[in-house]
Amino acid sequence: MNHPLHRYLREEVLPGPFCPGCGNGLVLGALVRAIARAGHADLREFVFVSGIGCAAWIPSPHLKADSLHVAHGRAVPTAIGVKLRRPDLNVIVVGGDGDIAGIGGNHLVHAARRNADIVVLMVNNLVYGMTGGQVGPATPHGLPTSTTPYGNPEQPMDTAAVVAAAGANYAARWTVAHPRRLEEAIYTALGRTGFRFVEALSQCPARVGGRLKVEPAAFLNWLKLRSVPLGEAGEDAVGERFTVGEYTARDRPGLGETLAGLRPKGGRDE
Amino acid sequence: MSAHRSVAGGGERLSLAVVGATRKLWSGNVAVAEGALAAGVDFYAGYPITPSSAIMEHLARELPKRGGTFLQAEDEIASVFMLIGASWAGGRALTATSGPGFSLMQEGLGIAIMTETPLVVVDVMRLGPGTGQASKAGQGDLMQARWGRHGDQHLVVYAPTSAQDCFDLAVRAVNTAERLRVPVVLLSDELVAHTWEDVAVPEEVHRAERPRFAGEGLPFHSDDPRIAPPMPGLGEGHGVLMTGSTHDGRGVRFTADPFVHRTLATRLVDKVRLNADALAVGEEHGLADAEVGVVAYGSMARSAVAARELLRPQGVRLGVVVPKTLWPLPEEPIRRLAERARAIVVPELALGQLVLDVERIAAGRCPVYGVGKIGGGLPLFPSEIAARVREVVR
Repeated sequence: MNHPLHRYLREEVLPGPFCPGCGNGLVLGALVRAIARAGHADLREFVFVSGIGCAAWIPSPHLKADSLHVAHGRAVPTAIGVKLRRPDLNVIVVGGDGDIAGIGGNHLVHAARRNADIVVLMVNNLVYGMTGGQVGPATPHGLPTSTTPYGNPEQPMDTAAVVAAAGANYAARWTVAHPRRLEEAIYTALGRTGFRFVEALSQCPARVGGRLKVEPAAFLNWLKLRSVPLGEAGEDAVGERFTVGEYTARDRPGLGETLAGLRPKGGRDE
Repeated sequence: MSAHRSVAGGGERLSLAVVGATRKLWSGNVAVAEGALAAGVDFYAGYPITPSSAIMEHLARELPKRGGTFLQAEDEIASVFMLIGASWAGGRALTATSGPGFSLMQEGLGIAIMTETPLVVVDVMRLGPGTGQASKAGQGDLMQARWGRHGDQHLVVYAPTSAQDCFDLAVRAVNTAERLRVPVVLLSDELVAHTWEDVAVPEEVHRAERPRFAGEGLPFHSDDPRIAPPMPGLGEGHGVLMTGSTHDGRGVRFTADPFVHRTLATRLVDKVRLNADALAVGEEHGLADAEVGVVAYGSMARSAVAARELLRPQGVRLGVVVPKTLWPLPEEPIRRLAERARAIVVPELALGQLVLDVERIAAGRCPVYGVGKIGGGLPLFPSEIAARVREVVR
């Protein structure tokens, strides 16, 4: 294997565990291309943190980097602990919609409010994939799942908008059918400070496609056809159509900077 | 730093000449915070909860002065996971909470056990279940401290009886966590936490270091389960693979292999179990000529030792064992007491938790009677313990 991006991967664990047609490989590709483009020859200055779910396996163990694989929903606070103690490292969380926006939703909102200096890459495959395709916080209204066999009665969370409203420096949503845009968003996130959130809408051929009898390629096209640029979508975030684009891009001071600015007089750092 | 120097319970006054220490007037909570600082704690993330908040407030002031990091988290779940992240990033991490928050922290403690992450959780016990009586003393969290997580697991639990113990055992808790790569619970209670008393602070405090990975050995394997494997730091180029799922010595996840799981879970339990003797601290009072015994911990150890003084003029020779390591419990002194005494009384601010262990350890050598009292933060007074002892010795 001589692909130039393989230097970021643990080749001994390839091929990965993901289902044929899964979008996680596209997300992994966008992530390492963005890192390569940012000029990092290896991942020594990165720590990846993930929780539980298919997307949490993107960094652990596939990336040739330090990775902490913790409990469902708890990657964000774990990452904040790492970053506070080692501000010199780039700390990136990778997780699914259930992990990040569902069980970890409270941590996500408060990490954005604090503008904690981490990147969160959320792979939104519309369901809890690893456990069998149950309804999740970002499942479109009406979509049948294994726990909503007659259709999802609830509305999906517009997670990128929530994160932007909570105070994050950067929030964007693209789909894996927009690999260039997705890579660009991750690259932009890597170049900023504060809390940065990139959502990648992705196909789950096993748990959504299987139920709907949709082939992965058709699923990708479905994501692409339903995507509408931010500003043209009206209220429809992740319902009938998927809003894509940058929800916010600003430069408020991150948590590390604000903490450092509030040390006591006479402290060790002065 | 040995626990037997404690002013608490023993009635033995500390001698300044012997200790060479600074004397402070501290509450138990302040003493925990100062002990943590003395032990080199440089990271605290927590969530306010009565009756533990004074620990947090003290460290919010003091940690930034010393180059440490303090953050108030959104909840106790986040607090303990921030500790896990900070610990892997090389920090010495501690948080404090009480019952309801301790319940939320069980998830993170389980991950910390599985990933062999050094950290300390202080649980200042109040009355439960539920939100119970928030500012009132209780001792109902003993079994939760030991068994609160799902799965087969052990961690280490210490319990202070005094402000001096709070300082000493906070240091010991941090050192044990680092040395064994295991989370440690410091199980204080409201009476100990809010009692202001004399604390002798030694000039120097020993700081144990965690075993560090430098390329030799495996980060999650040890041939001798009593010795923690070397822990790799983040950002050092080791390619750390840390996971709360079952993993082999390198950290590679194995989600189905029976051998890998058996090997890992057994070693993690043995790491605590086989170190029981080394972890044991406690006090004994009058065991040599005891005709009747008491086993008590935390604030109730103070009442038990005072009861001994009440009973002596009445001709009752009471022996008292005060375990300050509650898990793994030091069994030898309790067994010795059971061999000598006609009966053992176990007073606790709970409806029968420590008494179960004492019954198990006494194993029929003598009868064991629990005496529990809960509600309103009322202690078991020395007179109440003495009265129960007179009944059972009669």
